[in-house]
Amino acid sequence: MVSEATNTRKKSVLWDWLTTVDHKKIAILYLIAGALFFVKAGLMAVLFRIQLIAPEMEFISGQTFNELVTMHGTIMLFLAATPLIFAFANFAVPLQIGARDVAFPFVNSLGFWLFLSGGILLSISWFFGGAPDAGWTSYVPLASREFGGIGIDFYVLGLQISGFGTLVSGINFIVTIINMRAPGMTMMRLPLFVWTMLITSMLIVFAFTPLAAGLALLMLDRIFDAQFFIPGEGGNVVLWQHIFWIFGHPEVYILVLPAFGIISEVIPAFSKKRLFGYTSMVFAVLIIGFLSFMVWLHHMFTVGVGPIANSVFAIATMTIAVPTGIKIFNWLFTMWGGKIRFTTAMHFAASFVPTFVLGGVTGVMLAMAPVTHLYHDTYFVVAHFHYIIVGGIVLGLFAGFFYWYPKMFGHKLNETLGIIMFWLFYIGFHLTFFIQHILGLMGMPRRVYTFLEGQGLDTMNFISTIGAFLMSAAIIVLVVNIVYSALNSERVTVKDPWDARTLEWATHTPIPEYNFAQTPQVRSLDPVFYEKIHGNGEMKPVEPLDEIHMPNGSILPLIISIGLFIAGFGFISFHLDLFISPYVFIAVGGILTFGAMAARSLQNDHGYHIDKETVESMEKELS
Amino acid sequence: MADSVDVSKGLPANPEKATLDGKNKFLGMFVFLAGETTMFATFFGTYLGLRSGTADGPVAADIFQLPLVFIMTMILLTSSLTSVLATFAMKKNQFGKLKFWMWMTFLLGATFLGLEIYEFVEYYEHGLGYTTSAFASSFYTLVGLHGAHVLFGLGWILLLLLRNRKAGITLTNAPKFYAFSLYWHFIDVVWVFIFTVVYLMGIGG
Repeated sequence: MVSEATNTRKKSVLWDWLTTVDHKKIAILYLIAGALFFVKAGLMAVLFRIQLIAPEMEFISGQTFNELVTMHGTIMLFLAATPLIFAFANFAVPLQIGARDVAFPFVNSLGFWLFLSGGILLSISWFFGGAPDAGWTSYVPLASREFGGIGIDFYVLGLQISGFGTLVSGINFIVTIINMRAPGMTMMRLPLFVWTMLITSMLIVFAFTPLAAGLALLMLDRIFDAQFFIPGEGGNVVLWQHIFWIFGHPEVYILVLPAFGIISEVIPAFSKKRLFGYTSMVFAVLIIGFLSFMVWLHHMFTVGVGPIANSVFAIATMTIAVPTGIKIFNWLFTMWGGKIRFTTAMHFAASFVPTFVLGGVTGVMLAMAPVTHLYHDTYFVVAHFHYIIVGGIVLGLFAGFFYWYPKMFGHKLNETLGIIMFWLFYIGFHLTFFIQHILGLMGMPRRVYTFLEGQGLDTMNFISTIGAFLMSAAIIVLVVNIVYSALNSERVTVKDPWDARTLEWATHTPIPEYNFAQTPQVRSLDPVFYEKIHGNGEMKPVEPLDEIHMPNGSILPLIISIGLFIAGFGFISFHLDLFISPYVFIAVGGILTFGAMAARSLQNDHGYHIDKETVESMEKELS
Repeated sequence: MADSVDVSKGLPANPEKATLDGKNKFLGMFVFLAGETTMFATFFGTYLGLRSGTADGPVAADIFQLPLVFIMTMILLTSSLTSVLATFAMKKNQFGKLKFWMWMTFLLGATFLGLEIYEFVEYYEHGLGYTTSAFASSFYTLVGLHGAHVLFGLGWILLLLLRNRKAGITLTNAPKFYAFSLYWHFIDVVWVFIFTVVYLMGIGG
């Protein structure tokens, strides 16, 4: 077929960002949006930690407390951690495998806009009668139409839309990683971050779909008066817990596996050693991914499903400690005897290891079904999962942030400010959450908005809140660092400012839109480092320099997402007393969404070509 | 890339997988269907868990009309066959035949959907409303979701046929037709499970 390719016309900056399908720009969009949601959910945590700073405080009401806690958990998992991981995955995965772009650039952009519109739909609940208040797990009957507030309608529809975005992004990553690797990049030469993203994406495909089904059931119950979770009409409330945790447990690994991947990139780079036990690391990731689906019932030990089920799931849960232990030791052995450079990224990566071990140990404690009755719904559980999520995922994300920042934005972050931020965050984190283990063992229940005086809980709650302030201070230092470095840091012009190992460091900084002018030949694990030792320091190309075909940008993903946002709001507005009929919203949203989809299938979009001369002059300018 | 491949000397043996674009669509569709399988499995699980929760409303054996469902099944299975014939025609570069069998698939699918709507109306008149019981809700949700997939597939093939009515078989549209036929087979397989788990088990216990 003859191409009707055209060169891009001059576009305004805003239009460019709204229509972009470039994985590097989408990565930055994810980074910004995820960071904003992260700060928002963090501020919510500070608010309810202030409420808990002293016994019988009346800083916020019990209802507001419930809403804040629910939104804190929901936003942190779905709208902060997931998009931040997608930011790094979108940025690094195509570069690390030597691809020009992802497999489905249009779908990639759709994934971002769906996540954002779902997130905004969830967030506007505050203005329409209150945020969701049934906990991030939204257990029925607390979340049923009889007991739950209007906010839960925003929860089900907001998460449906953003979850669909996550799902299509996951499909995109799987196809990209399997089909678009550069020559020589065999599966057993994939950087570990790519491996973890491949497994994570598979978990997304198999875990977000049950979530979509479960949310659909809850939506049908609440908005269309179905009877799934109404025991009097034949429904069953435990069904929700099964569906939710069949999603919810793999979700933990959807978030933590990429963090493992980032750590496995950062530690070798700053230890100047190949990752110890690469093969065992890959298999550990595979096993963890598999087992993550086999353990959901450990969230339900106290529901009463019987001793046999409890035993089976307790053992399956403890089994996960084995591959995780393999990973921990491999990281230690990678650092062992290495030439360690303690950059900020390495601070975060190295501190991740002991912190995550602590979270893992309490995980094994919680996995013992009989003992769980003592910990159930206490702060011990809160402490445990924050050690996994903050001490694991967030530390990993910060490591990745400092590591990839120069490649993403063309300058390094200030190291002094970075290390100040690290210590503030790390000390604040342990002050906040270590002490919650003890609070939990003393019997302080979670999800309760205040506590009484004279129970020995005062001092430790006070310390915990101070820790939350320290973590907030760390984030302020990070913001200062970003601004300061943007103004004062030297531009990075070399390809590889860290003396790193993997393929993303083989392109120019800033990265041209086509990533690699010529697809590189991969000859080893850690290809860039291999060429430094065995070659002339440059990747060998597998093709002559020629014109490059790139996809066109499109506004349609944004329109589809806006359409779903409007339609979703329409479904919610059945319970709102608005002057516009819900059917109007649903019709307008449906027309926008399906119209944009039809437009996409009818248009002829062959992308455009960057001709050889332009590529040559860009390459010359950058080197 | 798709548009730089010369097809003037005829199509390659598997036009749907001849380009990177086609390979991506092929694999992407399989991964998508894997996710769909999990989603349907969740709805099946919900139905199995709630099918005895009839709450004084009608039970399955009272209302299911097996002859009608059997006819619907035959129609849908035949539509899968016609979509296979269409992909055979595609591999032999017979565009007219491809279009004919795809239109047949469309018509059979539309007939199936019409009968399903008729079936739902019948059941409603026999007292099985959507909100009657947990059994009713899970039945209509599971079977209705399948129906929604049929409807989506009909819109999809219609757009494909309209857009490519004069295009001939190219390396750009071959993967699209092929992806549709994968989707359509998937819908068919799901229906086989619905026929067994919902209707046969509903009548026979």
